[in-house]
Amino acid sequence: MRNQLLFLRNGKVVTGLAILGFFTLLAVLGPWISPYDPNQVSDALLSPPSAAHWLGTDHTGRDILSQIIVGARGVLVVGLVAGVSATVVGVLVGVTAGFVGGVGDESLSALSNMFLVIPQLPLIILIAAQLPSAGGLTVALVIGATGWAWGARVMRAQTLSLRKRDFVEAARANGERTWRLVLAEVLPNLTAVIASGFVGTVTFAVLSQVTLSFIGITPVSEWNWGTILFWAQNNLALQRGAWWWFVPAGACIALLGMALTLVNFGIDEIVNPRLRSTGLHARSLRRRGIRPRVGFTPVVREARS
Amino acid sequence: MSFLLRRVAFYALTAWAAITINFFIPRLLPGDPVTALLGRMQGRIDSNAEHSLRVLFGLDQDTTLWQQYLDYWGLLLRGDLGLSFTHFPTPVSEIVDQSLPWTVGLVGVATVIAFVIGSLIGTFLGWRRGTWADGLLPVATFFQAVPYFWLGLITIAVLSVNLGWFPSSGSYDRGLVPAFTGEFIGSVVYYGFLPALTVVLSSVAGWVLGMRNMMVTVSSEDYVTVAHAKGLAERQVMLGYAARNAVLPQVSSFALSLGFVVGGTLIMEMVFSYQGIGYTLYQAVSTHDYPLMQGCFLVITLSVLVANMVADLAYALLDPRTRTEDR
Repeated sequence: MRNQLLFLRNGKVVTGLAILGFFTLLAVLGPWISPYDPNQVSDALLSPPSAAHWLGTDHTGRDILSQIIVGARGVLVVGLVAGVSATVVGVLVGVTAGFVGGVGDESLSALSNMFLVIPQLPLIILIAAQLPSAGGLTVALVIGATGWAWGARVMRAQTLSLRKRDFVEAARANGERTWRLVLAEVLPNLTAVIASGFVGTVTFAVLSQVTLSFIGITPVSEWNWGTILFWAQNNLALQRGAWWWFVPAGACIALLGMALTLVNFGIDEIVNPRLRSTGLHARSLRRRGIRPRVGFTPVVREARS
Repeated sequence: MSFLLRRVAFYALTAWAAITINFFIPRLLPGDPVTALLGRMQGRIDSNAEHSLRVLFGLDQDTTLWQQYLDYWGLLLRGDLGLSFTHFPTPVSEIVDQSLPWTVGLVGVATVIAFVIGSLIGTFLGWRRGTWADGLLPVATFFQAVPYFWLGLITIAVLSVNLGWFPSSGSYDRGLVPAFTGEFIGSVVYYGFLPALTVVLSSVAGWVLGMRNMMVTVSSEDYVTVAHAKGLAERQVMLGYAARNAVLPQVSSFALSLGFVVGGTLIMEMVFSYQGIGYTLYQAVSTHDYPLMQGCFLVITLSVLVANMVADLAYALLDPRTRTEDR
């Protein structure tokens, strides 16, 4: 219980989760709460933000706020699917490599290192461009299939350090089967690492998918924030000074990415206590009379709470 | 020495894997776009070039997969990547040859600048953690989360369209003839400034955050405390003791982030119509020029591998432990 409180007392995590919650709400309710149909053409061509169109309209008079609201679902679903699939592969490869050791470990690590070094975005572009129909889910799976290596690497390192710990050895001496050792002893101790890997992959997946939409590889009829930027770029929004067309969509992507990064910081601070003290604000440290100094980790007794 | 040998072996293996992936992708994916294009080119394409395209895309159904694979390697070793459909009948290798130096220049300069600036800022932030300097972290987080191309759009909108300081597209003044003259180089720098600026802006945050976290970890090591106890100047402890050790993981993560930076730069070239390999890839994708696409991927991957090898070499020079470690 106390640990959970600590997690939520971290300002970064709370901010990140709040932003995530907001976008999730948009993704779920999108089509019902958007003021217009995102494809509905109107007379107000390329009009700046007004009372009728809060974020203005594009070159055929479509409402941009509606496009952003409806597009949230596409972004989040792809992020989630890609994140889950990449994490599953990463855990499988990483934990297996760390646990079996020997030749199996060598070859699995070599495999994940290869995937790390080969630039992912060109690979994703290459695959997506040759698929007959690169819809959202296909793209998500392609991203998942190419983006698991980072998680696998971290997972392997962590498993290696866990494998020889006393509690695992004790369970082994008790005659537990290998799959039980992995599932009941090792995996629970990897939760934080898996979570942070998942969040990182989702961030990467969102950026990749938006980029693919922006360069027009995924069908432009499927709304997501990258599609909005695709239309803006191809209809010279920059040259026409239509800032309301490309600023909000990009800001949403940045905000979502920032929220995910903040959550990841929170997880990192839980895993690495040395980073934790910096989660407190400089001012609150000073108020409590703690002078941050190089070489020492300020320890705060928080037994009261 | 064994460290270097193992790394070279690893990169050779990775290069082989990338080439093999490139071989299998058009064969495994459904649909057969190249046959249709070949049909349209009938008569205009000479039989030799048609043969290499058939080999590259696996259209030779009467030979075994193994034979196709051998033929494919034969073509690559001769530097034959097929003919481009859009720039018919220019060979892909020629187009790639022309665009690669632009990308290497852009990525190289921007990455080095971002690495140096980012590590310096990170050193400072890590050293002064728990003070006002921590307030810069959310800013860094924001820049890390911004997609490269969007930052590119914003800089074009502000610095190029509104203020008119820089050109919004191209890589040099079209009125000039490419040559090693001061005027031409000046023009290249002038046109390259915005793309480089955006790459630096969006990649610097990663270096800042990585360096800061390493500084936080390193600064509680014993040797830093000893350096303090010896009464060395704070500056000297910060740069000569803490930062010197904290920068090592930065160098080794250089390799991993390079692929990401290159990906971002490719997109940046598309936004700025900068005539590098990313823009070529973009054109290939939008005109369904499959041979050019495949060639671009191959060349990008191999260049990243070479860059990684250089980074590894630098790491071995910087960190003596890798040289003595016999594993």
